[in-house]
Amino acid sequence: MALAVVKSATTMMSPDKPRPMVSIDSVTMSFGTFIAVQNVDLTVADGEFLAIVGPTGCGKSTILNAIAGLLKPASGTVSIDGAPVHGVQNNIGYLFQQDALLPWKTAFENVELGPMFKGTSAGERREQAMKWLAKVGLKGFEQRYPHQLSGGQRKRVQMAQALITGPKVILMDEPFSALDIHTRHLMQNELLALWQEERRAVVMITHDLEEAIALGDRVVVLAAGPCSHVIDSFPVDLARPRDVAEIKLDPRFMDLYRNIWSSLRGEVEKSYERHD
Amino acid sequence: MNAMTERMIQLGLLVVIVGGWQLGVEAGVIDVFFFPAPFDIMKQIVAWIIDPGFYRHVSITLTETVLGYVIGTALGVAAGVWLGLSRGTYRILDPFIKALNAIPRVVLAPIFVLWLGLGLWSKVALSVTLVFFITFFNAMQGVREVNPVVLANARILGAERSSLLTHVYFPAAASWILSSLRTSVGFAVVGAIIGEYLGASAGLGYLIAQAEGNFDAVGVFAGIMILAMFVLIIDRILDIAEARLIKWSPHSTESPAT
Repeated sequence: MALAVVKSATTMMSPDKPRPMVSIDSVTMSFGTFIAVQNVDLTVADGEFLAIVGPTGCGKSTILNAIAGLLKPASGTVSIDGAPVHGVQNNIGYLFQQDALLPWKTAFENVELGPMFKGTSAGERREQAMKWLAKVGLKGFEQRYPHQLSGGQRKRVQMAQALITGPKVILMDEPFSALDIHTRHLMQNELLALWQEERRAVVMITHDLEEAIALGDRVVVLAAGPCSHVIDSFPVDLARPRDVAEIKLDPRFMDLYRNIWSSLRGEVEKSYERHD
Repeated sequence: MNAMTERMIQLGLLVVIVGGWQLGVEAGVIDVFFFPAPFDIMKQIVAWIIDPGFYRHVSITLTETVLGYVIGTALGVAAGVWLGLSRGTYRILDPFIKALNAIPRVVLAPIFVLWLGLGLWSKVALSVTLVFFITFFNAMQGVREVNPVVLANARILGAERSSLLTHVYFPAAASWILSSLRTSVGFAVVGAIIGEYLGASAGLGYLIAQAEGNFDAVGVFAGIMILAMFVLIIDRILDIAEARLIKWSPHSTESPAT
């Protein structure tokens, strides 16, 4: 746990570092008697892209849901930009693993939901929604319903929907895992480009270590569940802007991969033993 | 098989059935007392259709059906959405709802006549009791089956409870409610007809009851045919309404772009 203490909110406040955007302090998440994650300490700086990797069933998603306010921690506190999280948060963007678009609304109507719920005038949110749809490359698809779009296009709509509100934190739960490999690379690059434009704090959960290193500023490894906790944290010092497909050939990338995998492998093996 | 051939086969089947029936009657194989000749039934239907007095019966049955349908559906949707959202209330009311739904609705007809008289409202009440439960169970199921991810997404985007109702719960329940609307329209007619059959001074059910009282099988069959057409027309109207209301469902328009 020594590592977790070093990473606590107060020590991150040194003048040369940006302020912490998300602070998770000794958070335990449980469902009845089942403890998913125990004593997790994590801090995400403003503009930092944090990738969390861990074996399946280690409670990665519950951490995201605690930040979003969808789940309440059994103990510990979560705060966003200094304000403790109580109830569902509206200043975050959440990219779900599953299809989260409202199937009865067109791409345009889906994207304008956030501004609409916040009371933005019809004209203004129309302008914003059109701008964001164009940004994610869906100009001309505004009036399509989700079922008339491909998987990749639906993900783009979800990105526009989550980012249009200008969230302080972007949460991603294995956002591209359902896409085929080529679409995935394409979407990862587009996500990086969008993020590069306006850097926000990102917490991304993935089981794909390559994705974690290619996208993240830091990769955190979670232990196998139950009672999962942070076991390691690796800064990723690869230059930006990055190309997701090319960066995998970088020798530095391979070094990182080897280091993180040696830490992750033990947990994956443990997780398999428990599940078999 | 193209649509034209299918239509021809359907028409052929109709001709064979009705023609066979007519021939059977003429050959004396079928007893007209129980199965009157299709030709006589047609004549009775035409006689009714050209008689202005007949439309008073139709309009009364139609009014009862529509009132029973609209009131029953509105109550069913409201109660279904409410109990779908509030599990606690549902658990408390559950045995009462099941008990009420277990009552065969026909036995309520005399009670409604007692309470509301022989006029329109006793029939409407019977229709409502039939329609209500169908819509109620469907609306409740629709609200419960809302995709939790979609719901979480809408909440994170800032939807309050009232916006959740209009943007998430109602549209999600809409396809369930609409499918129940198709089923319940038949029940609305059944309620109105049974009510009329058991005690009324006008309406299609009354016509059938009267014909039966005179051992007039032609009248009974003609009444049944009129009722079938009546329901088919209402069903067709609902078809159009459904296509307009649910534009977003996968089977309605073109296939996904790839």
